[in-house]
Amino acid sequence: MIRFSHACKRYPGGYDALNQVNFHIPRGQMAFLTGHSGAGKSTLLKLIALLERASRGQVFVNGRNLAKISRKRIPFFRRNIGIIFQDHQLLFDRTVFDNVALPLIIAGLPQRDIGKRVRAALDKVSLLKKEKVYPITLSGGEQQRVGIARAVVNKPPLLLADEPTGNLDPELSREVMHIFEDFSQVGVTVLVASHDLDLISQLPYRRLSLKDGRLIADTDPSTQALAG
Amino acid sequence: MSKLTIATRSQTLLLRHLQVFFYSLGQLSRHPLSLFMTAAVIGIALALPTGLHVLLQNAQQISGRWDGSAQISLFLKKSVTDRQARNLARQLRQRDEIARVSYISREQALKEFQQQSGFGDALKALKKNPLPSVLIIQPTLAHSKPEQTALLLGQLRRDIRVDVAQLDMQWLKRLYAIMDIIRRGVLVLAGLLALAVLLVVGNTIRLAIQNRRNEIVVMKLIGGTDAFIRRPFLYTGFWYGFFGAILAFIMVYTALLLLNGPVEKLAMLYHNRFELSRLDLGTALVLLVSGVMLGLVGSWLAVGRHLRDIEPG
Repeated sequence: MIRFSHACKRYPGGYDALNQVNFHIPRGQMAFLTGHSGAGKSTLLKLIALLERASRGQVFVNGRNLAKISRKRIPFFRRNIGIIFQDHQLLFDRTVFDNVALPLIIAGLPQRDIGKRVRAALDKVSLLKKEKVYPITLSGGEQQRVGIARAVVNKPPLLLADEPTGNLDPELSREVMHIFEDFSQVGVTVLVASHDLDLISQLPYRRLSLKDGRLIADTDPSTQALAG
Repeated sequence: MSKLTIATRSQTLLLRHLQVFFYSLGQLSRHPLSLFMTAAVIGIALALPTGLHVLLQNAQQISGRWDGSAQISLFLKKSVTDRQARNLARQLRQRDEIARVSYISREQALKEFQQQSGFGDALKALKKNPLPSVLIIQPTLAHSKPEQTALLLGQLRRDIRVDVAQLDMQWLKRLYAIMDIIRRGVLVLAGLLALAVLLVVGNTIRLAIQNRRNEIVVMKLIGGTDAFIRRPFLYTGFWYGFFGAILAFIMVYTALLLLNGPVEKLAMLYHNRFELSRLDLGTALVLLVSGVMLGLVGSWLAVGRHLRDIEPG
């Protein structure tokens, strides 16, 4: 689903955010991306969502070489990726329902299908009762879950999350991770960038570790368990 | 998505357009004062050329009337006596193509000249009256086209009693030339003010884009196309142009109403009845369409320029 081949990202000024990164995440896998802040986690996610383009090397998503996707086609490409941000990126002048419905409206879904889909997504994050409120009245954890509902409402095959538990207490963080596990179990590829090693070590998923823009470790407890 | 029929898709698209159409109006109505001020600036810029255009139309209408009332002055030979002159006037009055003939005798002409010219004393020094008697001929409306008056003029010139026959049209031609210049001036002014409207709308939309930067970023992140993101701003421009045109209409209408009284008074002094014509439907329609188009184009230019600058990441 995601393949990096000698991918490099050099920012103007000569700073190398990513250097010769190679990995492959197959369809339906859940993986963590760890590393200190500044290690290149966000840059790596940005390359996948085409918020940035690789300076050298190649990035493939769903079999497509991202270098070949023109600026005009980027919106359509992004509709296949659900992105979750640390700061939620919700629109505060619209209700929870309208926030979650936005990807469907952008995709041109008929009005009659929207209500059903939005409520299904809100149900998955246990916020069905809050559809009519404005995000500002919600707690940080609830806002994050609205962000997740918005990311999955369009049923994208790939979910990216950048520090989704950054502002949450450990219990809420575990809750959010469980939501991701649920999606992974129904075939969605999930890549979560996080520096919360305590939380990650409790979960049996592949871990890609970045340091200074290089991939320094790629461990997968599930295959190790199988091999053992 | 490919399962959706074209009918459903276009229906959905239409619904979304309608939603954004009224959503942008709703957004604007939340700040009625700033909407009013922007619309008023646009309105004034549109009202100026529109008002001048209407006044010009009125001037054309008046001069059109004068066009039909071209007069022929017949200066009779001095040998023609008062009786002969009156006979000629009577003859001419019987012709179909002539509406009115007024006769100014030599004595009458002298008296008027003495009163009005200020050369009264100089004239008194002359032993003989130097002025000819004059017949002023007014062709009927049906016979007042240029070629017809020219024909009549030719016939009158051949009369032995007539010294000089003159068609007084030169001033009308000059008036037309002046009006042509004014019309060109109004066009230039309209062009400049249209540019001003574009800039006003463009700047307002630029500020709106900056205020909603965060929203644009979110839209781009979740796959909104440029067209989708542009849409509310274009409709905002539409509304600015629309309300600007409405205000311009009100301004021109009121201004004409205010001018009408004095103009009527002036017309009365010329022994004439004249009512200032109002903004006609065609002009109002052109005003509305140009307002809306300028609003759309202005916001299109602003959005095109600034949307690219806002990228997530």
